[in-house]
Amino acid sequence: VIRRTVRYLDERSGAAPFLRKALRYVFPDHWSFLLGEVALYSFVVLVATGIYLTLFFKPSLAPVVYHGSYLPLRGRELSEAYQSTVNISLSVKAGLLIRQTHHWAADVFVAAIVLHLLRIFFTGAFRKPRDLTYYIGITMLGLALLEGYLGYSLVDDLLSGMGLAIGYGVVMSLPFIGANVAQLLWNGPFPGGHDFESRMYMAHILLLPVLIGALILLHLTLVAARHHTQFVAGRATEKKVVGMPTFPAYAPRSLGLAFGVAAVLFLMGGLIQINPIWQWGPYHVSQATNGAQPDWYLGWLIGALRLMPPFEPHVGGYTLAPNPFFGGVLFPTVVFGVLYAWPWLEQRFITRDFRRHDLLDRPRDNPRRTAFGAAFFTWVTTIFIAGAADRLFVSGDVPYLRQVWIFRGGALVFPIVAYVATYRVARRLAKPGRVR
Amino acid sequence: VKRWLIALVVLVLGRLRRRPRLERERRIVPPGSPDRRAENVVLLLFGCATLCAAAVVVVYAWDAIPDQTQFLGLALGLALAFISAACIVIGKRLVVTEEIEEDYSVPHPDDQSALEQLVEESGDRFTRKRLLFLAGAGAGTALGAALLAPAASLGPVFDVSSLYRTPWRRGVRLVDEAGRALRADDVEEATFYTAYPEHADREQMGAPIVGVRLKPAELRLPQGRHSWAPDGILAYSKICTHAGCAIALYRKPTFPAVEPGPALVCPCHYSTFDVTNGGGVLFGPAGRPLPQLPLAIDGSGQLRAAGNFSGPVGPSWWGVRNHGARS
Repeated sequence: VIRRTVRYLDERSGAAPFLRKALRYVFPDHWSFLLGEVALYSFVVLVATGIYLTLFFKPSLAPVVYHGSYLPLRGRELSEAYQSTVNISLSVKAGLLIRQTHHWAADVFVAAIVLHLLRIFFTGAFRKPRDLTYYIGITMLGLALLEGYLGYSLVDDLLSGMGLAIGYGVVMSLPFIGANVAQLLWNGPFPGGHDFESRMYMAHILLLPVLIGALILLHLTLVAARHHTQFVAGRATEKKVVGMPTFPAYAPRSLGLAFGVAAVLFLMGGLIQINPIWQWGPYHVSQATNGAQPDWYLGWLIGALRLMPPFEPHVGGYTLAPNPFFGGVLFPTVVFGVLYAWPWLEQRFITRDFRRHDLLDRPRDNPRRTAFGAAFFTWVTTIFIAGAADRLFVSGDVPYLRQVWIFRGGALVFPIVAYVATYRVARRLAKPGRVR
Repeated sequence: VKRWLIALVVLVLGRLRRRPRLERERRIVPPGSPDRRAENVVLLLFGCATLCAAAVVVVYAWDAIPDQTQFLGLALGLALAFISAACIVIGKRLVVTEEIEEDYSVPHPDDQSALEQLVEESGDRFTRKRLLFLAGAGAGTALGAALLAPAASLGPVFDVSSLYRTPWRRGVRLVDEAGRALRADDVEEATFYTAYPEHADREQMGAPIVGVRLKPAELRLPQGRHSWAPDGILAYSKICTHAGCAIALYRKPTFPAVEPGPALVCPCHYSTFDVTNGGGVLFGPAGRPLPQLPLAIDGSGQLRAAGNFSGPVGPSWWGVRNHGARS
């Protein structure tokens, strides 16, 4: 049977030489190399559950009167989008499981990408010849954030409306063209025309997923073309990659991880409630709720918007740079700018090393990179935690105003502390030396 | 002895049967010994996965089961987890884990120079390369603009004047959520009221306002606004000037001697606006005051707008002017 299948395929595709190589492709083994795969498999779960949700969701802001099974909303006027999401959650059998799994998968997807990024950063895996792969990865992180934001904005419940209002405020604050771009996207002043919902829907289910999918393909093609990086161990050198082959050793392990990721996501989707949209009620421009938190991966932006002091430069009665510009536009631009520029910055100012590298650094091997990374991620994390200051006030009873001042100071001081501490530890660990 | 003999015969027969294959081809995957225990574990795991997957169908079909979401998630998640475990046992115990090595790919200098040469030689017949290139780039840019032009249909991209417009003007009555006119006598201290302009679309940022009542002595309104708060009743836009959320919190002083003064607070980023001095920013990120709406009390005791807001409503943008809104 095997022989006949192989012959059938090869005669029709000529793929035998390629497959023979692919099945013996070498995978170096380390647990941290699996983080990217976790992101990949979360994406697969996202697409699968997302397709199911499109079968029931109606991307329309047309008003309808709710007559469904959920009593508190009965008789109230909702949009079709919100009503269909309430129905998916409470009337469609297994609908809530799929919706919650979709939501959890999005949270895990971004988390896995961020951890993967940290691994790549601190081991120097972004260096030539893998810088292009790294830029594509950073791009996918940005797209994943936008995709997640659009996902929870589609529902048209109170939280999504508030999120969109903030998004509108941030777009309005773009230099020079903000008001024009906002009018263009929303088709008029907020909350905009009814078209806005179908525009978000198209972007969420077609444009961004296809873009992310295409970039994943490119990312993996480049990874395979340059082979995987590896730590110094055993026979591994800058010339030879050592590890197990795709088949038979690696395939069942990776398949196990795929099923494992799916298992965790469905268990979470079934057992841990997330975003019970029926409780928030429909969105109205005049309504907002206290302490509403977005998904975790937007926390850094919320934190930046909240920490910014009330600074809005004016020239002769005209506002230059509205306040959300600093937290909502400048801050993420700096963060992504540093991430994109890092391979070049490091080459130019820290290592002056323009050779290709296939062996990974341990974090201690390059103390200045590791210290900078620690400082940079401490900075973003401090601002991220500041985004939860109101929750900390509720649970920890630290006055909100005091927290804001602590975080404002912390965002300036903690990175310096992190830099010095990390640099010292890395230097001390590296001292015994290791000859390459 | 008898069992040993049988075992030996089986072993020899097995060897004899396998030998020709071994001689015919060289192995690619190195040999390894079988592991019956691991095989049993995999069988057990697949069995459990089958049961759990079947349970999904049963739970789905059986309406009498409460908490369907939880049981469906549990059954489906466990089915996937068992398959995952089976795959991992197969990978770790049942297939050979070899360590192989391969060269990292090296650059291809010959192909590189061939490509370079190919591109260079292809352009041999052009005499005015730069001009042609510029002309091509110009055509490309123009085509790009032409293809982008239809995107302007998405919205009123060049008209930002509507951002200054609100449905309020002199004489418009304030109505509550249910559409009833808001009377001055109904407005009490230490709480806040959401109100809308009568007969207007409420789903626009210029519509909703918050009304509060303070003691007239507490007010420190800016110049020219002294008549805006009849009997100490004040109205402000309900939309935060920071990022456009609705202002849903009122910090009322419960013990004025030590507590900070009355303020309106946005729950999104905690911009805090002073209600006594015309909406000035006390704390938080908002960069300009909350627009105030001048009020008047008509002959029948109902609240009416006495004009439009003191400034543009909603989030700021580059070049926004800080004077009054338009009706």
